Amino acid sequence: MTEAAATPHALPTSPETIAPERDLFSKFDALIAEREALLATGVRDPFAIVMDKVTSPTQAVIRGKDTILLGTYNYMGMTFDPDVVAAGKRALDEFGAGTTGSRVLNGTYDPHKDCEAALREFYGTEHAMVFSTGYQANLGIISTLAGKGEYIILDADSHASIYDGCALGNAEIVRFRHNSVEDLDKRLGRLPKEPGKLVVLEGVYSMLGDIAPLPEMVAVAKKHGCMVLVDEAHGMGFFGPNGRGVYEEQGVEKDVDFVVGTFSKSVGTVGGFCVSNHPKFDVMRLVCRPYVFTASLPPSVVATAATSIRKLMHAGDKRAHLWRNSKRLHGGLKELGFKLGTDTPQSAIIAVILEDQQQAVLMWQALLEGGLYVNMARPPATPAGTFLLRCSLCAEHTAEQVETILGMFEAAGKAVGVLA
Amino acid sequence: MSDRAATFATITDLIEPFNKKGAPLTEATTFAGDLEWDSLTVMDFVAAVEDEFDIVITMNMQADIETIGQLADSVEKLKTA
Repeated sequence: MTEAAATPHALPTSPETIAPERDLFSKFDALIAEREALLATGVRDPFAIVMDKVTSPTQAVIRGKDTILLGTYNYMGMTFDPDVVAAGKRALDEFGAGTTGSRVLNGTYDPHKDCEAALREFYGTEHAMVFSTGYQANLGIISTLAGKGEYIILDADSHASIYDGCALGNAEIVRFRHNSVEDLDKRLGRLPKEPGKLVVLEGVYSMLGDIAPLPEMVAVAKKHGCMVLVDEAHGMGFFGPNGRGVYEEQGVEKDVDFVVGTFSKSVGTVGGFCVSNHPKFDVMRLVCRPYVFTASLPPSVVATAATSIRKLMHAGDKRAHLWRNSKRLHGGLKELGFKLGTDTPQSAIIAVILEDQQQAVLMWQALLEGGLYVNMARPPATPAGTFLLRCSLCAEHTAEQVETILGMFEAAGKAVGVLA
Repeated sequence: MSDRAATFATITDLIEPFNKKGAPLTEATTFAGDLEWDSLTVMDFVAAVEDEFDIVITMNMQADIETIGQLADSVEKLKTA
């Protein structure tokens, strides 16, 4: 045996460069160059913000500065609810850090069953299935429900998780123009009659904060013999008498076959779910690959979720306050002269539309330096090539904070030249 | 004019409003490369083609269509279906 065999292999300190045509990263060169050019102008990176401290659902410390958070999905402020946090701590003590298993093997603990029970209570459905993330819920349900030869019909502005669910599956994928009942009807009319079809709609579209005309769309879907799935990620908690979402508010519950949602918004943690009254629904637990081939959520996560979901059933005051906030912020920004994503406040999301990336980044940075964090969104995440500052409100934002926020927008708008 | 030639002519008419580059439109012209269309332009153009011929071009089919010629072939197949 030689010495060489006994020497541990070390990684080269200066690895050989790979020829560009062999390098899998070459396809990202344009994006890398664009980013470097942007950052070279001295702006902060909107996609690399770190929250040093998070003191409440609406306040954080970013690079030493106290900052109001207006870009989270913490709609009902449940992340710091004392009962929710206590449930999580108890579950950590009782069940440990994680399950180390899939839901179909060793990864279903009592808290997972209890979380699904809480969802059944909240939604009034026979079945509820919890996934490890909302992204996986869409991936799993959409790719599995519609098979080869069948059709999925989706809104052009659908979330990435819906598009990716379509890509993962084997069905034929057809898009219709955003929120256009007429276009949905036209396209469904051109499809062959026999194959099964799934129409996927969202209650609230997360970029502009606009809601879907569900009654008309669901009616069209049913007219053409389709099953209907509504994603209520941004609607759960504050639409409808029971907070079930836009579909409940608009009275189409009996025609919606599946509702998909998430724990990462109003519920305040992470996870995803699908609820349904279909008698065969539970077979999905055996055939959804993003459910089967992944680890289940930690017991502490499903325990916080279950507690939060049950509290959201009685959160009427918070909902009312959230709506008041939304109306004031929308009205105030409109009055100042900003161009907004919707004409009226339709949800807890308010998008401020800027002319181009330059203006968006400068405005975003001016707000951040002033102590306000909002999301900056750009294509391909945004519809129709728009550059947005996406503001999302929380039930915990006080009326005073909303006034402060309006003041910050006015100051930043004037400094950057968006406002005269 | 044959059916296919008529289809090709209709397609090039539909392309013109989106042809910012003023690229020549032949069978081999690519949407991404020669016309430099982004995904939004592609979506609007496909919708215009679907409406013109009263057909549906699924996203699956779109993945395989790179040139005007391939689009004309697909439209011909879908028209008679």
